[in-house]
Amino acid sequence: MGVFSVKLPDVGEGIAEAELTEWHVKLGDMVREDDLLAAVMTDKATVEIPSAVTGKVIWLGATVGETVAIGSDIVRIEVEGEDDSELAVAEQAPPTVVEPEMVRQQERVKPAPVAAASEKEAPSPLGRTFAGAGPRRPEGEKPLAPPSVRLRAREAGIDLRRVRGSGPAGRITHDDLDAFQQQDDTARPSATPGADLSVTEIKMVGLRRKIAERMAEAKAHIPHITIVEEVDVSALEDLRTRMNAEGVAGRPKLTVLPFLIRAIVKAVKEQPALNAHYDDEAEIIRQFGGVHVGIASQTPNGLLVPVIRHAETLGLYAAAAELARVAEASRNGTARREELSGSTITISSLGPLGAVATTPIINRPEVAIVGVNKIAVRPHWDGQQFVPRKMMNLSSSFDHRVIDGWDAAIFVKRLKTLMEMPAMMFVGG
Amino acid sequence: MKDIICKVAVIGGGPGGYVAAIRAGQLGLDTVLVEKKMPGGTCLTVGCIPSKALIHAADEFSRLRHFADGGAMGITASDPAIDLRRTVEWKDGIVSRLTSGVSGLLKKARVKIVFGTARFLDGKTLAAETDMGEQIIRAENVIIATGSVPVELPTLPFGGRVLSSTEALALTAVPKTLAVVGGGYIGLEIGMAYAKLGASVTVVEAAAQILPLYDAELVRPVTKRLQELGARVLTGAAARGLAPDGEGLVVRRADGTDETIAAERVLVTVGRRPLTEGFGLDEIRLDMAGRFIRIDERCRTSMRGVYAIGDVTGEPMLAHRAMAQGEMVAEIIAGLRRGWDKRCIPAVCFTDPEIVSVGRTAEEARAAGLEVKTGSFPFQGNGRAMTMGRDDGFIRVVCEADSHLVLGIQAVGAGISELSTAFAQAIEMGARLEDIAGTVHAHPTLGEALHEASLRILGHSLHI
Repeated sequence: MGVFSVKLPDVGEGIAEAELTEWHVKLGDMVREDDLLAAVMTDKATVEIPSAVTGKVIWLGATVGETVAIGSDIVRIEVEGEDDSELAVAEQAPPTVVEPEMVRQQERVKPAPVAAASEKEAPSPLGRTFAGAGPRRPEGEKPLAPPSVRLRAREAGIDLRRVRGSGPAGRITHDDLDAFQQQDDTARPSATPGADLSVTEIKMVGLRRKIAERMAEAKAHIPHITIVEEVDVSALEDLRTRMNAEGVAGRPKLTVLPFLIRAIVKAVKEQPALNAHYDDEAEIIRQFGGVHVGIASQTPNGLLVPVIRHAETLGLYAAAAELARVAEASRNGTARREELSGSTITISSLGPLGAVATTPIINRPEVAIVGVNKIAVRPHWDGQQFVPRKMMNLSSSFDHRVIDGWDAAIFVKRLKTLMEMPAMMFVGG
Repeated sequence: MKDIICKVAVIGGGPGGYVAAIRAGQLGLDTVLVEKKMPGGTCLTVGCIPSKALIHAADEFSRLRHFADGGAMGITASDPAIDLRRTVEWKDGIVSRLTSGVSGLLKKARVKIVFGTARFLDGKTLAAETDMGEQIIRAENVIIATGSVPVELPTLPFGGRVLSSTEALALTAVPKTLAVVGGGYIGLEIGMAYAKLGASVTVVEAAAQILPLYDAELVRPVTKRLQELGARVLTGAAARGLAPDGEGLVVRRADGTDETIAAERVLVTVGRRPLTEGFGLDEIRLDMAGRFIRIDERCRTSMRGVYAIGDVTGEPMLAHRAMAQGEMVAEIIAGLRRGWDKRCIPAVCFTDPEIVSVGRTAEEARAAGLEVKTGSFPFQGNGRAMTMGRDDGFIRVVCEADSHLVLGIQAVGAGISELSTAFAQAIEMGARLEDIAGTVHAHPTLGEALHEASLRILGHSLHI
């Protein structure tokens, strides 16, 4: 018997740690090679960790929600037919341990230089010490409890096999029974039909926690200035409707967003300060030549920002196609890491739910975000009379530390002009 | 006679039946006990208690003879004699004290006793043959506690000089020669007693070892003691029948040859069988488990309202198992939530030295897929054993290898039966080796060997 350590693999350039979001195995499980062990989340991508070996899970290195350093052990698997010397080497395997073949080769040539140091932490291959809480008794064994506990359990209608024993060797004590009963009581819904006193505690893990952190950081660091401007999109809508009506096979249907992307590309060409990252820790502003437009999207897993890279190179239809592709990828969870990071300016759109105005939160370290509100037919005074026009508001936020209100206003005005006279988007480069 | 209508009817007043009845009565259930003779059953009247009385008398006698022989411990005695008739009277006195005690307890619990033989008419109706005629008993619940009877050999039917354990415990004179057919615990307990009383005893056992249910290590001290007592042991041998001369028993030895051994009396103890006939069991057609009545963990049979406890339900056929079942069934009928959840049933063999086995042996545990460790401590290293002049035997602890959970304790030694309580308690409480090791054991007592055996597995025994 030997022990094989699965380490958290390097899941991306410059990433030092990842959050464990899910266990696919539990202690004592038998796993086969390539079975999924766990899921970790870095930045905004989720990475599944497969098992490199076949064996029994004897140690789990973290609980869900914990942050784990790249290269640290996350699972130890007891494998057949490996002796102790190999075990020591396996402990020292490089973090890319998920590629089993490669690791094995490295193991053979590599001596075990610091095996002694790791020995202290490494649990015994059996992995069972009985200082504190014991494990459950094996299947088929009677629950281990003194007669008085058994009697109490029976009278309370509790199956002792469901109770975890905290005593030596997993012995179930009166206290364990108390705890189990309390837990059982709270789990039961309140009998009174009136006030619902239940409180559901949900541990913030994974993407949700990440979003929470990012939002809090953005709000805490960035003094937001938000400008809401009214845009008459009647001309744009006419154009869009016409283009879609004359649809050419293979071309995607156009929404407002590709036009807005186009407008932003155009606008930031004149105001590069808005297509930038402000690294407030290094006190550096990085203005980008390329325009990578993040699209804040609601997915079943939560808020993700798939990125349309180099939007300045994309025509209207190409942008629409790319938009559809990354949105779909992020929705069904197949988005690659680079498709979910690296934006330089972000669009936030709630589509038909877009309300009249919003106060978008900047996707830090970007400096600007453009929020799209819903299109509605509103009366418009053309100087002589009210005419029905298709109106849409843009609610845009800016990092007021680096973007002055004046510049922000010019940017918004520019977007308004381009959107109201879409022909301007397509002239002059 | 007027029908009796009650909540609980118990068939059989042995240790299972009378305990069930007392407990049912205590719980306020209207209870009737049907018993053929005296409450107490095999255990009190012809089993455990009388045999222990005889064994004790034999021990005392043999001790005196020992002193008369050589003056051990500086004590000399001269020419002890035994009048077995008076010994049996003394024994009967104990039995009658106990049976009347049980009757008193039943009365106190307001249990009605019907003396007679019960028979099922249907699952809720019994007919008891009494001296005064047939008594119909209609009960909501019936507890079958009919027990077991000695197995007879076709070649050696009981009667004349062929004895069952019952007759062997009522002899009025010590036979010169006694053949014991069946080297199980009953045969050896009685056989060794008669050997101590002066009989020349031959044990005939079909298996390769006497006490085949215990392992060789546990049996060895008993075999040695049998030799010291001058008893002869034939293993792998079968009794063929009485010799025509009226003095011998023909035995086919392991090598296939026949031998006639001297046997003024022949005690046949080849086991006991559940008593499942004679009380109309056919009428209700209960599911059986082999020879036994099938029961579940609440001692329920296949018929609603009919329970079975004790020897009639299976091995081990031990009084204390029946008692625990009886108590449980009474409580179940009273509406309490109960179930059979015992971890162990101690088994004691009152040979000389005595053998105790509680929980699992190492072999049984391994067969169940557990990894085990064992440790034993011999009484040769125990001060108290030496002062009693009996340092043969040992205590052995079997534990789970990683958790140190005590799975079983076996022991052999003079007077070791009293330690069965400590052994069973350790297992029932879920003790680990460390729990036993951490308990102060009184010095000087035999129990110290349990402490030492545990320390031995932990790798720091003190006295070996």
